[in-house]
Amino acid sequence: MIKEWALLGVGRPGFPSQQLGHELTTMVKDWALLGSVLVFLSIATLLGRWLKQQNSLGLDERAVSSFNSRVQAWWFFSVVLGFAFFAPKLTVMLFCALSFWALREFITLTPTSTGDHRALFWVFFLFTPLQFVLVAFDYYAFYSILIPVYAFLFIAARVAISGDFKHFLERVAKIQFGLLVCVYCLSFAPALLYIRCKQMEGDYANARLLFFFVTIVLSSELLQFLCNRLFGKHLIAETIDTNRTWEGVLGGAGATAIVGLSLYWATPFPYWWQAGAMSLTIAVMASAGALTMAAIKRDRGEVTSGTLIEGHGGVLSRIDAVCFAAPVFYHVTNYFFGAN
Amino acid sequence: MITETLLTWIARFISGVSVRWVDSQPDTCQRVYFANHTSHLDVVLVWSALPTEVRRLTRPIAAKDYWDRGFVRRHLHQVFNALLIDRKEIKVHQSPVDLMLREIGDTHSLILFPEGGRNADDRIGEFKSGLYYLSKKRPELELIPVHINNMNRILPRGEFLPVPLLSSLTFGPPMWLEAGEPKTEFLARAREAVVSLKDR
Repeated sequence: MIKEWALLGVGRPGFPSQQLGHELTTMVKDWALLGSVLVFLSIATLLGRWLKQQNSLGLDERAVSSFNSRVQAWWFFSVVLGFAFFAPKLTVMLFCALSFWALREFITLTPTSTGDHRALFWVFFLFTPLQFVLVAFDYYAFYSILIPVYAFLFIAARVAISGDFKHFLERVAKIQFGLLVCVYCLSFAPALLYIRCKQMEGDYANARLLFFFVTIVLSSELLQFLCNRLFGKHLIAETIDTNRTWEGVLGGAGATAIVGLSLYWATPFPYWWQAGAMSLTIAVMASAGALTMAAIKRDRGEVTSGTLIEGHGGVLSRIDAVCFAAPVFYHVTNYFFGAN
Repeated sequence: MITETLLTWIARFISGVSVRWVDSQPDTCQRVYFANHTSHLDVVLVWSALPTEVRRLTRPIAAKDYWDRGFVRRHLHQVFNALLIDRKEIKVHQSPVDLMLREIGDTHSLILFPEGGRNADDRIGEFKSGLYYLSKKRPELELIPVHINNMNRILPRGEFLPVPLLSSLTFGPPMWLEAGEPKTEFLARAREAVVSLKDR
C-alpha cells in the first residue's frame, strides 16, 4: 500500500515548498484536462447542431444523427468519468453496468438456442460481475485471464452438457465473442484507474489517464466522421459501412494524434510524440471496433430494425470503439511505461 | 404494495422490456388484453406495463393448478388480484367464461393468454375459444391484442433461472367481435392481430 502511494507521487520526500508547488501543478493539470474536454465537447455539440440544420449540404441524415448520438455518448462518459476522480470503485461499477447492458444487447441480437440458456445465465450473473470486481480490487493476474481461459472453456462445456449439438461451434463462438468484446475488452478501460506507470504525478494521475483515453477514443470517432465527409473517396468495405473510407480513418487518426499531442501534459507519457503515437493507436483500434460491430449489425440487420433495442442501435454501437481500443491501450501503456 | 413494486422492478430488470402502444392508448374502460404466452414472467410484464390506475382495475387470468400451490405463489396471485381458472376440471355449470364475467362486473378488465399454455419457441399457437365466448356474451368489451417479443429466450419453458436479454411489449389497436362472425374466423383474426404486432 505504501509503495502504491509512493508511486502515485504522494508523500514524496522534498522541501515543503517544493511539494506544494508539485501539488499545485498536478491540480492545474486535473482542471486543465477537464477544461479542455469541456471545450472539445462544446465544439462537437455545436458542430452537431449546425450539421443538423444544414439541409443544403446533402448530408446523410442518419450519419448526422449518429454523429450527434456519439457526442451525447461522449457527454455521458465525461460525466461518468468525473466520478473517477474521487470514487474509482464507483467508476468500475458504472462500467460494469454499461458492460452488462451492452452484453444483453449483443446476445439479444445474436440467435441462441434453448441449449445455451444455462451457459448464458452464468455469463450474465457470474462472469460479468466477477470480471469487474476483480478489476476493482486490481487482481490483474486473475482478471486478465478470467474470461479467455475460464469463461471460454466453461461456456463450451456447459453448452455441451445441454446436449444440443446443432451449430455447436457457432453458438459457442457467438457467446464467447460477446463476452470478450462487451465485458473483457471494456473492463480494461476502468482498469486504467489501477495501472502503475513510471511517471505518475499527483493523486489523480490514473483518473487523468482514463479521461485522456476516453477523450481520445471519442474525439477520434468524431474526427473520422468529419474526415470521411471532407476527404472520403475509397470505401474500406462498401458492403458493411457505406461511410467509412480509408481517407477518413487515416486522416481522422492523424487528427486524433494531434489532439493527443495537445493533451500530452496530462498523460504519464514522458515525451510529446509518445502521447501522439498512443493516440494514433487508439484511433486505429477505435475504427476497427466500429467496423467490426457494423459487420455484426449488418449480418443481423433485420433484428436491429425491430422493436427490441431502443434508440440509435443502443449502448453497444456507442461503446464499440472503446471496447476495441481499451485492452490495446492498456497493454501498450503497461509494456512501454509500466512501473513493473 | 411492497411486493407489487418489487416484482415490477425485478420483472422490468430481467426482461429489459420496452413498452409500446401502437394505434392504441391506455384507458380505464373495460377491456380484455390478450397476449401470446411464452414465459412465467408474462403475467407480471403485461400487468406492470399498464399505468397504475389501469392496473388497479385489471385482473390477469391464471391457471389454478400452477398458482394455487405453495405459499409464495398464493401470495403472488393475490398481489396481482389474479383470477384463477381450473384448467383440469372445466364443469358445465361452472364455465370459466361465466366465472370471468361474474368477477369483472362492470369495472374490471382482464389479461388472458388464449393459447392456454406456454409455447416452447416463438411460434404463436392456435387460440382457444374462451375469447370468443367472452365477447359473444359481452360484445362491447374492447379486445386489445398484446404481443410479447423475445420472452421465450429470457425465461424459456422448463427453466427457472432467467437470462436478462431485452424484450418488447406491444399493445395493438382494439378489436371487437363482428356481428355473426363465426368462431374459427374470429379466433384466427384475433391471433393474426397479435402476430402482426411483431413487426409494427
